[in-house]
Amino acid sequence: MKSDIPTIQELQQLGIVPEIIFWVGCAGSYDARAQKISKAFAKILKHAGVNFAILGNEEKCTGDPARRAGNEFLFQMLAAQNIQTLNMYAVKKIVCSCPHCFNTLKNEYPELGGNYEVIHHSQFLEELIKDGKIKINNDQASTISYHDSCYLGRINDEYEAPRNIIQFLEYEIKEMKRSRKNGLCCGAGGAQMFKEDEAGNKRINVERIDEVLENQTDKLVANCPYCITMLQDGLKARDAQDQIMVYDLSELILERIVE
Amino acid sequence: MIPILIFCVLSFLVFRKAFQRFNRIYQNIQIGRPEHLEGRTSERFKNMFLFALGQKKMFERPIAGIFHFFIYVAFVLTQLELIEIIIDGISGQHRIFANILNPFYYILINTIEGLSLLAFVSTLIFLSRRNIIKLLRFQKPELKGWPSLDANLILIGEILLIIGIFMMNSADQQLQILDPGHYSETGRLYLSGLISDNLGSVPKDILQFMERSGWWLHLLVIYGFILYLPFSKHLHIFLAFPNSYFANQSSRGQMVNIPEIENEVRSMLGLDSKIIESPSESFGAKDIHQFGWRTLLEAYSCTECGRCTSVCPANITGKKLSPRKVMMDIRDRLEEVGKELENDKNYSIEKDSRSLFDKISKEEIYACTTCNACVEACPVLINPLKPILELRRYDILMNSSGPSEWLPMFNSLENNQAVWAMAEERDTWSKR
Repeated sequence: MKSDIPTIQELQQLGIVPEIIFWVGCAGSYDARAQKISKAFAKILKHAGVNFAILGNEEKCTGDPARRAGNEFLFQMLAAQNIQTLNMYAVKKIVCSCPHCFNTLKNEYPELGGNYEVIHHSQFLEELIKDGKIKINNDQASTISYHDSCYLGRINDEYEAPRNIIQFLEYEIKEMKRSRKNGLCCGAGGAQMFKEDEAGNKRINVERIDEVLENQTDKLVANCPYCITMLQDGLKARDAQDQIMVYDLSELILERIVE
Repeated sequence: MIPILIFCVLSFLVFRKAFQRFNRIYQNIQIGRPEHLEGRTSERFKNMFLFALGQKKMFERPIAGIFHFFIYVAFVLTQLELIEIIIDGISGQHRIFANILNPFYYILINTIEGLSLLAFVSTLIFLSRRNIIKLLRFQKPELKGWPSLDANLILIGEILLIIGIFMMNSADQQLQILDPGHYSETGRLYLSGLISDNLGSVPKDILQFMERSGWWLHLLVIYGFILYLPFSKHLHIFLAFPNSYFANQSSRGQMVNIPEIENEVRSMLGLDSKIIESPSESFGAKDIHQFGWRTLLEAYSCTECGRCTSVCPANITGKKLSPRKVMMDIRDRLEEVGKELENDKNYSIEKDSRSLFDKISKEEIYACTTCNACVEACPVLINPLKPILELRRYDILMNSSGPSEWLPMFNSLENNQAVWAMAEERDTWSKR
């Protein structure tokens, strides 16, 4: 095997059928910050002994930002190619570290002929924890703020899995004023990530980070690579990078894993 | 005899006019595209029961929720009295239910009076929220002028209605003592009794005048409402029911598919096409006839409460986008087109040089993050996000317009199948 994170093609050549596909997404593949999340999640999968693979270079953007930007043609192109690939490998189960990929694969691909069991990595991590496959070391207890991403929370109604993970790690969640179904967007969804805000009196990510700062915890956890970028940019804008560390759930777990 | 005649002619005219107006609204909603109703009927009834009848989402904001509930229950129960008023009006009887429903009549009228007092207090609170406390969501630019006046007129109408009820009942209490033959025994009405206890020295003819004035005031306000509703945001009292029934049942995360484009892509990739009955050549929407009819029903169901706008991240941070304004603009455009259809037999919306883009700017539609906070917030299950995304689609696909900053993303999606154009391969991270 070339790397310790196998592609489905490599496994196929060895005659192994992976139990689950880790869908990395554009951010997870190319964004320096999100690459760390991909690595952290892959490490946990290995630690837990999960038989997984990535699609590697056969994975393409799910098309979420194109579709939400109004470019249906581009979305359909990407979706059709991904569905062809996934169906060719007879993929049954997919786990995504990005809630946008998760939403599109779960809710928009079935109509186009792509039917898979799709879960978000927070849901998969919760499962691994429940099955006792992750051994952690609980040495420090502190409070933590949790940011609900729109595409996992309000849109796909998953508020508990991330919170259960945080509680399993024995952190105390200090809820922000706007949380769960009232959670405030980070400002990146609907392809806003790829353009400047319209004229207004504040950036959305700064509005969110002000609420985080008000919450006065030194850790902030999110479940989406785009949220994490927006929140870190918000911290920069408020010159508060040193006050708060922004984590993905998988990074929070990895920090506590007993090897 | 004359009052009966006036009553009958007036009632006939009111109901005929109201029917014409409601029919116009029904026709306007039909301008929308046909829609396939997804999901289960039982789920739809459940939604109607929970969200329209039960007002579940109103209680997310408990203060507004409780006071709104008082007005709602008072309004519904008062309609029982309206039935009596109509029967009395036609037959020339007085309080016909008093003998029929006895002893429940006593309980019913006392309940209505109790709720009317609660509704009276609620109405005053609502007026003060709009005009004295000046709650932020009632001060947004889209409410300037007619929408604010509309809201206040409804509240003032409610106050008049309640004054009518108490005027009628308190005079009636005294008249029951003076003329028990005509004024049927209702038993003690506790709230209007407090007023009537002070009316002991008032002559009978003045009491009769007071009772009749209250009766007619009640009736005229109700008839006024019936005629006014279809022009007002207050239409939600009816449309909340069909609107929550027809609300989208598929996942919030699923945008409406465009099968024509799906087919085009499939044929490019050498896959078999799906069958489409009457393929469209226009995608997205620039005007109301390109929305599904459910979006148009939603526009008429909106009562402009602004919960959507108050949670919209774009609006909170000072952008022009307001989901409420989008729904209001759609309704205004519906009225505009409806008038054209009424006055000009040759009118065709396809040839109209005006469109929704005259009311909704690009700046508004491109500020949306698709976060669904507006969808979550709406007490009657309106989805303001859907039309926003349809307008975007039209602008991008049909006008080849849109924010220039999106072009690099579109280009790299087309050439590299990733949102960023990167030199390295997609799996490079996994090998490092």
